[in-house]
Amino acid sequence: MELKEKLVSSFLAFENKGGLDLDSNVHALRLKAIKNFENEGFPTKKDEEWKYTNLKPLLKHDFSLFPTTKNTVGFKNIREYLINEIESYTLIFIDGVFSSFLSDTTHEECDVCVLSSALTRPKYKMVVDNYFNTIAKENNSLAELNTAFTKEGAFINIPKNTIVPKPIQILNFSTGSEKEVLLQPRNLVVVGENSHVQIIERHQNLSTNTTLTNTVTEIFVHKRAIIDYYKIQNDTENSSLIDSTFVSQKQQSVASVNTYSFGGKMTRNNLEFQHEGEHITSNLNGISILNNKQHVDNHTLVNHKFPNCESHELYKGIYADKSAGVFNGKVIVQQAAQKTNAFQQNNNILIDDGASIDAKPQLEIFADDVKCSHGCTIGQLDESALFYMQSRGIPKKEAKALLLFAFGNDVVEKIKIPQLKTRITKLIAKNLGVDLGFEL
Amino acid sequence: MLEVKNLHASINDKEILRGINLEIKAGEVHAIMGPNGSGKSTLSAVIAGKEEYEVTEGSVILNGEDLANFAPEERAHKGIFLSFQYPVEIPGVTVTNFIKTAINETRKGQGLEELPAKDMLKLIREKSDLLEIDRKFLSRSLNEGFSGGEKKRNEIFQMAMLEPKLAILDETDSGLDIDALKIVANGVNKLKSKDNAVLVITHYQRLLDYIVPDFVHVLYNGKIVKSGGKELALELEEKGYDWLK
Repeated sequence: MELKEKLVSSFLAFENKGGLDLDSNVHALRLKAIKNFENEGFPTKKDEEWKYTNLKPLLKHDFSLFPTTKNTVGFKNIREYLINEIESYTLIFIDGVFSSFLSDTTHEECDVCVLSSALTRPKYKMVVDNYFNTIAKENNSLAELNTAFTKEGAFINIPKNTIVPKPIQILNFSTGSEKEVLLQPRNLVVVGENSHVQIIERHQNLSTNTTLTNTVTEIFVHKRAIIDYYKIQNDTENSSLIDSTFVSQKQQSVASVNTYSFGGKMTRNNLEFQHEGEHITSNLNGISILNNKQHVDNHTLVNHKFPNCESHELYKGIYADKSAGVFNGKVIVQQAAQKTNAFQQNNNILIDDGASIDAKPQLEIFADDVKCSHGCTIGQLDESALFYMQSRGIPKKEAKALLLFAFGNDVVEKIKIPQLKTRITKLIAKNLGVDLGFEL
Repeated sequence: MLEVKNLHASINDKEILRGINLEIKAGEVHAIMGPNGSGKSTLSAVIAGKEEYEVTEGSVILNGEDLANFAPEERAHKGIFLSFQYPVEIPGVTVTNFIKTAINETRKGQGLEELPAKDMLKLIREKSDLLEIDRKFLSRSLNEGFSGGEKKRNEIFQMAMLEPKLAILDETDSGLDIDALKIVANGVNKLKSKDNAVLVITHYQRLLDYIVPDFVHVLYNGKIVKSGGKELALELEEKGYDWLK
């Protein structure tokens, strides 16, 4: 049976097991979503948005949709994937199931807990009704699929005037309890007026079995609120990730999403920012460092609808072996959005002949009093710079790494959590195969 | 220390060096002068091991060892230093971090332990004082946005840190005003000893007022056409190169 049919026919069983009130709003949303998914199916290369990323080979796997969990995962198994050097709230999911034992949640100043309880408890009904599935795009069949099977994920609700004292780490682990597994975490983040939160998200396969994660995150940023969101994508070679993140911003808010893609078989990031007020700042930063046959596709959209807003986008890519990158950065400046400042930069280095990048900056500008720029470069390592460094005693391999490090440095510089910066720096050094002995 | 024997080198099948012979002993300062396109920079790049050049005949020997099969970094580890005419900008790597990496990789290549951080700091302080380099300068990205003078001073600073046996200064005077030139020359003179040697490659005699050579060679069309003492530089300044062709 094809994956699509399997999903559609499993939906009823899923609904019956779900324990949701069948009169609830969420139930209606799920029903609608599965119908939409059934109509649209998985995207193919014929879709303009999927021209450079082929899902077909991935969909041939016989994924287990409702994995059984092995509860043998202890702290020692996951320790290395946490940023341990800092205090944080943690939400840990094992094969899609929340582990209260490993997690550190709170309901004190804010809610850092799980979506399953938010969906079922009357206390959260209003928040869920107001926000859940309101910005996840309707014509995105993968987001629809996630909505249809929404069950678990992070629920982060920050009331107004709250500085969340420590970062929140969301970690999704798969244990390999099934040979091939499909996971669909769903996150909902609401940041109230004048509040501030930092979130680190990671998906990690603990086995060599095949994992496909289709995750959706909706983020609402209210007036003058600030959110820093970090995505660490460094999974195993049998793991693929489709990440759709939708951000809705109110006036004077600042939202930054930083995506660090170092590992995994196939990664697709859909990142969308919708502006719902004036004086908004959106920051999108990303770095991909790939080798072997890895594939990372970054699709971004910033929709400027109001005047006096800005967006800053910086994506860098380093591609070795036969790896492939895609960058599709769309910026829309609507007619009302006068005095917009929108900047986009995409720089790529191809290290080997077999590596490739498809870069597509897309600017649609309907306002006339705006500052918009975009730049896209594709290059190779500078041979004269390599010789210069070698002549100072630095071996070629280290010289290359140093140059690549320097190339990606301005993206790493954006990290506001020092311990995370150190971790990312180390991951980059490891990926480039060097120990540089210092931090840049 | 350095022997260049009948050196022929070409790039993309075009012969640039056509049989160069040169011997430099420890404690000596040699200058190579010559018009544009005579092969001065090629000679320095070939000695430093730049891979784009193919050595078709002859050899470069350092302290009795033929350098033919050594990569540029290995030549550096053996004590060759090339100061670039156009130092490369490396955004995102500070002067300090770059020199730390260079020193420790060189020490690794020489079979030595890494220099302890404390000693490294001390050395950096000592050498930057010697060259009148502002500390703030050291935390800037390597050569990025540097003036011509700053770039060259930074080259000499790296030379001072690495303490090479043979320093090749390729057109170090170009882009320098007279004050910067004095500082750079002064630095080179302070680093000079009976155990090391300097090869100055220059277009003009100007630099040689400050770094006084023991020998001057004129390079023309890939060959050394005349050698002499320091007075040869003055003669060239006066008469130009035409009389040698």
